[in-house]
Amino acid sequence: MSCGTNRDCGCATSASPGVDAGRRAFLKSGAAFATVALTPTVTLMAFGAGDAAAQGAQERLNPAARWGLLIDVSKCGDGCNECVTACRKENGWEDTGHPATDAQWIRKVTLTDPKSGASRELPVMCQHCDEPPCVDVCPTGASFKRADGIVLVDKHRCIGCRYCMMACPYKARSFIHEALIDQKPHAPRGKGTVESCTLCVHRIDSGRNPACVESCNATGGGAMMFGDLNDPESAIAKRVAELASTQLRDDLGLDPGVHYVNL
Amino acid sequence: MVMIHTVYRETKARPGFLIALAFFAALAAIGLGAAWYMEHHGHIVTGMNNGIVWGLPHVFAIFLIVAASGVLNMASLASVFGKLPYKPKARLSGLMAIALLVGGLAVLVLDLGRPERLTVAMTSYNFKSIFAWNIFLYTGFLAIVGFYLIVQMTRRWQKFTTPVGTVAFLWRLILTTGTGSIFGWLVARQAFNAAMMAPLFIAMSLSFGLAIFILTRMALDMGCDRTLGNALVERLGRLLGIFAAAVLYFTFVMHLTNLYSASRIGVERFLLLDGGIYPLLFWGVQVLLGGLLPIAIVYSKAGRSPAMIALASALVIIGGLAQVYVIVIGGQAWPLEIFPGMQVSSSFGDGQIQAYTPSLPELLLGLGGIGIAAVVTMLGVKFLPILPSEDGEAVEQPAAA
Amino acid sequence: MTSFRQIALVLLVLIGAPVAAALAQEASGVPLPAVPKAVKPAPDANHEQLMRSNHMSLLKHKRDLTVHEGDRTPQYSLNECVTCHAVTGGDGKAVTVADPQHFCRACHDYVAVKIDCFECHASRPGDEDKAAGLAAPGESAVAALSDYLQEVEQ
Repeated sequence: MSCGTNRDCGCATSASPGVDAGRRAFLKSGAAFATVALTPTVTLMAFGAGDAAAQGAQERLNPAARWGLLIDVSKCGDGCNECVTACRKENGWEDTGHPATDAQWIRKVTLTDPKSGASRELPVMCQHCDEPPCVDVCPTGASFKRADGIVLVDKHRCIGCRYCMMACPYKARSFIHEALIDQKPHAPRGKGTVESCTLCVHRIDSGRNPACVESCNATGGGAMMFGDLNDPESAIAKRVAELASTQLRDDLGLDPGVHYVNL
Repeated sequence: MVMIHTVYRETKARPGFLIALAFFAALAAIGLGAAWYMEHHGHIVTGMNNGIVWGLPHVFAIFLIVAASGVLNMASLASVFGKLPYKPKARLSGLMAIALLVGGLAVLVLDLGRPERLTVAMTSYNFKSIFAWNIFLYTGFLAIVGFYLIVQMTRRWQKFTTPVGTVAFLWRLILTTGTGSIFGWLVARQAFNAAMMAPLFIAMSLSFGLAIFILTRMALDMGCDRTLGNALVERLGRLLGIFAAAVLYFTFVMHLTNLYSASRIGVERFLLLDGGIYPLLFWGVQVLLGGLLPIAIVYSKAGRSPAMIALASALVIIGGLAQVYVIVIGGQAWPLEIFPGMQVSSSFGDGQIQAYTPSLPELLLGLGGIGIAAVVTMLGVKFLPILPSEDGEAVEQPAAA
Repeated sequence: MTSFRQIALVLLVLIGAPVAAALAQEASGVPLPAVPKAVKPAPDANHEQLMRSNHMSLLKHKRDLTVHEGDRTPQYSLNECVTCHAVTGGDGKAVTVADPQHFCRACHDYVAVKIDCFECHASRPGDEDKAAGLAAPGESAVAALSDYLQEVEQ
């Protein structure tokens, strides 16, 4: 774990934007992990985890990563809804004609400056905070943050109390108000539980980009970038380092994984 | 020191008592039916939505839970603060504390999206969650107050009433702090996130709890041909006035603090001035009907009449429900300020006042909680030695002077 | 005494009747569930026995690994069950759990155990999974073999 917070540890060697490649490279250097990460804070636990990772687990998440998004608001087109459409299609949430109760994992928000009248648009979704308030308040631990920074709801544990929705500063979460049928196999969703953007965790786990990013770059304005914020060599980390990016409600100190530029 | 020997008896069920019991049982049954209906169809049949995630059931649940800890105050006055005139009320006070908490929790649990997963909430905890702490505070409260009742009813354990009563008193203070902190610790929302919520909720609990106690005790007396001594009713009335004033005071300070912060002017303006139903409920029902009017009643000549004190208690309860409504729903109606200073619009209600129209099933579920609390109280009074006999009450009067 | 006997008699009838009815049914033979055949051959010889007695705990263990650790290997994944055990309905598409022919329902209906999984999870293969899951019969063996080889490799 110490590796995950230490940007200089050198364990994340891959400069490739492909998730899986990076993860495999990281796992293959399991020995490097154990030795390079030997700082005074490394405990036996770190060795244990390293061993386990080396043995089995190409299939497990990369605990050293911190997945995030960088959104260039200046490239986000007026009226363009590609990311939203792609997310709907990927995860199976749709418009049932009940706007107040329908789930929305990602939405386009239009901002207008009342003084200058200037306006711009940007997508808002779960910000995948490093200190997520939804996780803090969840009584059962159903809201949780994966070791790689993705904030999820474990629907097997969610009792539907909606306290996380009270606590989220971004209105990122939706409650499922009606019974659903024909969900996507990789995106289970059901009545009486809370859900939000998963950063397309099923895609990330198989080395692909989130659907919104893919479609934004294919047919949208190319405003979205996905990658490992913890890997100083990754394209996203370099961009975040060079362009003064902002995080929404940064006054709260939650350190969201979604960064915006030109906001 | 006058030796007081109070005799407590199970209450004989007269026709009036049984009719009332049947009424409240029906209310509880209808509430359960409403919960089943909501669970079967999903929350689409309620007025709640992705903007107003907690609705009318939560108003009732929070009101009952807050009142539950406050109603214990009668017992605390006797056991902890040594006010002997309140001692004959201690058992009813403890019973009602349990009953109101059970009623409130029932509403809260039945409103869950997956109420059948209550076992998950009981076995899987996130100890950083104030909600999870509250689960322990609630169950602990039930256990402690239950034991407190047993101690009171066991003659050879009388010497333990003060220590056990003190534990119960401290526990209830923590419990109400926890309930207030459910809102007080929400950093995301402009209307919440105030440390003042905890003391405000404690003041609310004292006020609502006492009002419910006065009305319940009067109703039980009526059903059993017994009367509460007039002097004592007057005293309770004046105490209610102090508690109601305390609620107004904390409310005032909280809003004043918010008004001083430029970033919260918007939400304050909404709640106090131009938010439609919310300012109306705040000024008209909470402050005027539920605050100033009952205070005026109990401190005027009218405060000597039990009927007027009953009226003041009813007003405090109505004002209390309005207050919880404004806190819970008004606080959510104000949109989250994700982009301060910007005009915001989206398909998900960003930048708009979140609309909420309570539905019938929600109201019935909430009333069902009151039904459950009343049934528990009445069954307790019927089968346990809770209420003092007339003699005991008569004897205590001189001691009160 | 009479009242005691009356009560005992009533109790005997109340408890006895369903038991007797159950026994009678047993004797007449409630048909055992007709378990639909899987689309692919079993991944190992032990599969049927293992899953019959342990599917619930294996699925539960796997679900925690998937949700919390990102383990998306096919072994013991619910999607893999649903894909491999898809039952084709009259319309040529895989049936959902709403259909009594659904693989999981065959036994769960028989033992009257309610399944909660499909409140949220898809009960039939999705479009992209269907291609692999509902392959033509001739191809299924090849697909299974390549799957198996892949697993060995891992």
